[in-house]
Amino acid sequence: MIVAEQKPLEEIKAMIAPYQRILVVGCGTCVTVCFAGGEKEVAILASSLRMASRIDGNPKQIDEAVVQRQCEWEFLDTIKDQVGSYDAILGLGCGVGTQAIAEHFPGVIALPGLNTSFMGLTVEAGVWAERCAACGSCILDKTGGICPIARCSKSLLNGPCGGSSGGKCEISKEVDCAWDMIVKRMKERGQLEKLLEINPPKDWSTARDGGPRRISREDLMLAREGELP
Amino acid sequence: MSDGSNGWKSGSTLERVLKGGSFVITAELGPPKNADAEVIRKKARFLKGYVEGANITDNQTAIVRMSSVAAGCIALSEGVEPIIQMTCRDRNRLAMQADLLGAYALGIRNVLCLSGDHQKFGNHPTAKNVYDVDSLQLVQIVKGLRDDKKFACGEEIKGVEPRFFVGAAENPFADPFEWRPLRLAKKARAGADFIQTQLVYNVEKFKTFMTMVRDLGLDRQLYILPGVGPLKSPGMTRYMKNEVPGLDVPDAILERMQKTPKEKWREEGIKICVEIIQQMREIPGVAGVHIMAIEWEEAVPEIVKQAGLYPRPQPPAQAPAG
Repeated sequence: MIVAEQKPLEEIKAMIAPYQRILVVGCGTCVTVCFAGGEKEVAILASSLRMASRIDGNPKQIDEAVVQRQCEWEFLDTIKDQVGSYDAILGLGCGVGTQAIAEHFPGVIALPGLNTSFMGLTVEAGVWAERCAACGSCILDKTGGICPIARCSKSLLNGPCGGSSGGKCEISKEVDCAWDMIVKRMKERGQLEKLLEINPPKDWSTARDGGPRRISREDLMLAREGELP
Repeated sequence: MSDGSNGWKSGSTLERVLKGGSFVITAELGPPKNADAEVIRKKARFLKGYVEGANITDNQTAIVRMSSVAAGCIALSEGVEPIIQMTCRDRNRLAMQADLLGAYALGIRNVLCLSGDHQKFGNHPTAKNVYDVDSLQLVQIVKGLRDDKKFACGEEIKGVEPRFFVGAAENPFADPFEWRPLRLAKKARAGADFIQTQLVYNVEKFKTFMTMVRDLGLDRQLYILPGVGPLKSPGMTRYMKNEVPGLDVPDAILERMQKTPKEKWREEGIKICVEIIQQMREIPGVAGVHIMAIEWEEAVPEIVKQAGLYPRPQPPAQAPAG
């Protein structure tokens, strides 16, 4: 899932300062699962902002809504009749969600209430960790199911570097060395010799380096237009 | 070879002395955090005549310093052969190859390919890192420029190709220990001509590493130069022992520094370094040592002399047959 966390309250307060009527819009998908922008977080943030605006002597109208999936037009349509009556929308979805709101409702000011952090999973209650960097060219088959692009601090393809110590990365004792894990897993599988192959320089053109990415599938486009038999 | 290289890969002094079979000495020359050429010249004068090559660090520990190519060029003008370090942290494959072409055009003949310390440790921790390629892939690229006359993309170099003696690093004390010799094998296969290691204080553990290296036949595929370095004080020794990941300093060495009176710290540090060099000379497969006297370049001549390694051998003019 996409993992996000709420921006500091002070930053949000400064962002919404110029506006009087604000709709806080949560998202019922990834950010609900990671407790950053679901119904509960929307309620808590909206009430904190209401309280703060009263304390500051300028009570704002701050309302709440949750869209099941902010990244799909159909779901955003569920708030289309509401958005017009607000000065700004404070999105508690990921960066995709906030941009979808801005794109779907061009007349509306959409503000980000979250920092979108990474694609990852819940390691344990209250702890999330990155797992995928969306490089567009998966190599998990070569690395024992552990991604060095996302999980090695240097995205090395032929690690580990000299900073690997006791299974930890040189950047922090809190960070596992991805290549230490890869070597150990391949050894357990009896496939260590696979790591002796030199991984050549990566083609980053499928990653963000190739420019903004887009996938077009004609089969689906045609189907939607009813042109298939 | 049919490429006009007279049988040498690069023709550098480092390459020629190594191929000639003499015990090689390299040292480290850290560029300044300013634009003062005189700093390089002064350090180079300490090293001149005592080493076959001086590693010019590349934004070491992710701190901005004078570029290794520029500083290397200044060292060269002082008669010290540079081994320019190049990290994968700060440049993509375009910038790396551009700098390699420039470095060669300026007379530089040795390059050491490194991953580079993470920028988190340096003075620009908010920087974006590059890591377009890793150190092993950089070795492949530098070798490809020389032996295949091709850029990383496969395009042919029309005209003069850069012919570097290609180095890489290895840390025999980093984890996983059993993987280190195998990674060295990968570096040999990628095309590394020589290896310089992280500082070695635990000679016994290094011997174990070298046994694994020899079992893989790697000592016959590349020249191995373990890193050695003089300790300045018990404080520095303790710091290196406890705080630097991947450094292994035995208790006995720390105790020895602690027992030494303050006015003799540096003398004792040099003595320990010389003893380690003597032990290294006895280990089969060790082709020389790399002396890392960080911000203490003037210690190098003393170490070389005390180790009985001065004067330095003349590099052979002709490449050995075959």
